[in-house]
Amino acid sequence: MQFLRNQLDAIEEKVKDNKYLHTTFDAIHTFLYKPNHVSKASGGVHIHDGMDLKRTMFMVVVAMQLALVFGMWNIGHQHYAAHGMMQGLGEGLFTKFLFGMFQMLPIIVVANLVGLGIEFIFAAKRGHAVEEGFLVSGMLIPLIMPPAVPLWMVAIATAFAVIIGKEAFGGTGMNPLNIALLARVFVFFAYPTEISGDSVWVVENAPNFINSMLGLGAPAGQALVDSFSGATPLALAAKGGWSNVLSQYTVSEMFWGTIPGSIGETCKPAIIIGALMLIGMGIASWRIMLSMIIGAAVMGLLLNLGGEFISVSMLKLPEANPFFAVPWYYHYIMGSFFFAMAFMATDPVTAAQTNTGKWIYGFLIGVCGIIVRVMNPAYPEGWMLAILFCNVFAPLIDNYVIQSNIKRRLARGH
Amino acid sequence: MGRTIKLKKGFDIKIVGSPKEEILSNFTSSTFSVKPTDFKGLSPIPKVVVTVGDEVKAGDTLFFDKKRPEIKYASPVSGEIVEVRRGDRRAIAEILILADGKQEYRDLGSINPSTASREDLVKFLLDNGCWPFFRQRPFNVIAEIDEIPKNIFVSGFDTSPLAPNLAFAIKESGNDLATGFEVLKKLTSGKVHYNTGPGQSAPSLSGVEVNSFSGPHPAGNVGIQIHHIDPINKGDIVWTLNVQDVVALGRAVGGRFNTERLISVGGAVKQSGYVRTYIGASIAGMLKDNLNGDNVRVISGSALSGNGVGADGHVGYFQNAVSVLDEGNQYELFGWLFPSYARPSLSRSFSGFLRPNKEYKVNTNTNGEPRAFVNTGLYQRVLPMDLYPMQLLKSILYNDFDQMEGLGIYEVVEEDLAICEFVCPSKTRMQEILAEGMETIMEQG
Repeated sequence: MQFLRNQLDAIEEKVKDNKYLHTTFDAIHTFLYKPNHVSKASGGVHIHDGMDLKRTMFMVVVAMQLALVFGMWNIGHQHYAAHGMMQGLGEGLFTKFLFGMFQMLPIIVVANLVGLGIEFIFAAKRGHAVEEGFLVSGMLIPLIMPPAVPLWMVAIATAFAVIIGKEAFGGTGMNPLNIALLARVFVFFAYPTEISGDSVWVVENAPNFINSMLGLGAPAGQALVDSFSGATPLALAAKGGWSNVLSQYTVSEMFWGTIPGSIGETCKPAIIIGALMLIGMGIASWRIMLSMIIGAAVMGLLLNLGGEFISVSMLKLPEANPFFAVPWYYHYIMGSFFFAMAFMATDPVTAAQTNTGKWIYGFLIGVCGIIVRVMNPAYPEGWMLAILFCNVFAPLIDNYVIQSNIKRRLARGH
Repeated sequence: MGRTIKLKKGFDIKIVGSPKEEILSNFTSSTFSVKPTDFKGLSPIPKVVVTVGDEVKAGDTLFFDKKRPEIKYASPVSGEIVEVRRGDRRAIAEILILADGKQEYRDLGSINPSTASREDLVKFLLDNGCWPFFRQRPFNVIAEIDEIPKNIFVSGFDTSPLAPNLAFAIKESGNDLATGFEVLKKLTSGKVHYNTGPGQSAPSLSGVEVNSFSGPHPAGNVGIQIHHIDPINKGDIVWTLNVQDVVALGRAVGGRFNTERLISVGGAVKQSGYVRTYIGASIAGMLKDNLNGDNVRVISGSALSGNGVGADGHVGYFQNAVSVLDEGNQYELFGWLFPSYARPSLSRSFSGFLRPNKEYKVNTNTNGEPRAFVNTGLYQRVLPMDLYPMQLLKSILYNDFDQMEGLGIYEVVEEDLAICEFVCPSKTRMQEILAEGMETIMEQG
């Protein structure tokens, strides 16, 4: 190991005068080695907790791995199944995984190259070290994209999110909006015609270049099966309510995740395990997760009970929106509720920062998410918008919590 | 009768080498130091009334503040003034006294705290070097002479890592503790609170509220205790003392400025324990043949809030511990991900939480680089106060006085936020920021 150490010291000597090279070197160096920095001799603590931001962020990435692995397999499964090949879950396990992995890897590589590239440049310009925030964003962005997303779109969306969403505000820790969601919302609103409808959730005819080269995927000319629609449960529910969903998917399929959808969102058990890991390690806030579950339940229940009244009397619709009647507890297994709860809403930078605030913030997301999902005909999934919306409100929520602390302190004096 | 308060929030940092309850050595002839910088609120260039070569007795005045000349700062030992060391811009860094080992005391006369008037008692304390024992909150400055504090608080236990067992330290103080508390009772219009730790037998002190606290660090910090007993509001003034200084007060009113005390020695040493000495003792003697290696940091005080003074330094005026830590100036391959040695952490991403009583060999590595605030709930998990530390620190950073006040800057001093600084994954220098905030308010507020 001494050899590596000596090489790094030699390189540092060479690059120390060029800020771009030095920032890059420093990022790699501190990834390889925990720095030899010691606490100051006075004015602060002499010992520090073993936890740092690198480890925090990395643990979040670790917590996503199950969802990622399942997502890769599911890309392959959906692709082959749509073409009438290997429709059984156990069939061609490895082939499906390889296909999905090769479909997924370019998305991950592009998101990270673009995002980290921008981070490195900005860090060098500012004379800062490269911060670790993008480790998580770089994993989240691929996971929330539809499998058939074009790579150029991933690149532009990532660049937009990192530059406008984060660097413009001062980098990691300063961004008001969740970076990964910003990338997703950019794709959604900038390319509505390309990324909408039922055709993006399954890789249909044209696998990407790696898969083509390796000869993976359905042979060219292989037709889609007649019964294939590619629609997600949410799209089905928006059209015809719960019975329409059940005409295509079973509850257990939706729970285990063998359905079309964004790459990382479908397998609920994988996400729940990740969420429990984060809660167990004390990294993500259980308050936000729990209150989001409660918020969604309350709103879902309200719509179940008052669906008729809300549709006909309040919204002046000709008849009750069938989506309103979807039993509230099924909302959890459709779409990306759990993924948004575990990895998006809990982003500590953009969430409320006080404990009381976290309860309110999570609850609001739960309520808003269901409203957007059910009542908005244009877009059948609500969590992306609900979380971004509540990101904007988080400072306000915190402000009220803080003000009440200040008032409490003042009142105590009298 | 006092109260029983159980605190849940906090974090105990367990370090190998906690002081064993045995006396390693007794007072010997060596240098002692009194540093004006230990006293907050003292102007940087006090009037020094001794010169190098002077013989002093314990209790003789060394210097006084030109702004508040009534407050005399006294020599803890008898001996010869060997150096008046100056620091930046001619400020007095420290006054060194070579103890003669005979420990002769200036006769202070005596005063009965129960019968004397408050005025006479205050004058006695001022004249005889006892006033600097009183530290005033907000801001931990040396107490104002004209103020009558709302309450006086004394913590009888210390929960910081490698902390001395204060009950052990005052075990042989006899009646002096009770006499010391008599002095305190005279000085406040409110109550005198003596806060004991878990398992500590509460002495019967008439007229003193003896409260019983339990919980992880920082339950032993007097600032945390004040918050739970009678919090400091805007305009309030309370005083705090170290319990060993209360004992010294008890002795002083009997006629001698006798600051004899036990200083704990712990951490990366061959033998941990206690040294019987006086305020400002030289550390070199305590650690003679007791260090494990050269690459260590010698701290006067705790590993969380002490000062790295080096092996040839002296124990600070308000500190009762010497902590020795290995320096962490080594690289560690993938140390952030796969630690090559166990380290204390609040985070359950390390396996340490499975063995809550394990003691760690720690070092001074920062275990990461400074970053922006990212994590949020952590600080509230370790700070047992109704206070938002991150928001308070941010208000200091953007210099908003109202916000600082509202968020409770009067209620905390550096050591109270030390545990937050320890757990901070962004390695924010919280105590430094807080110190700046307090400085700004004192100057401009």
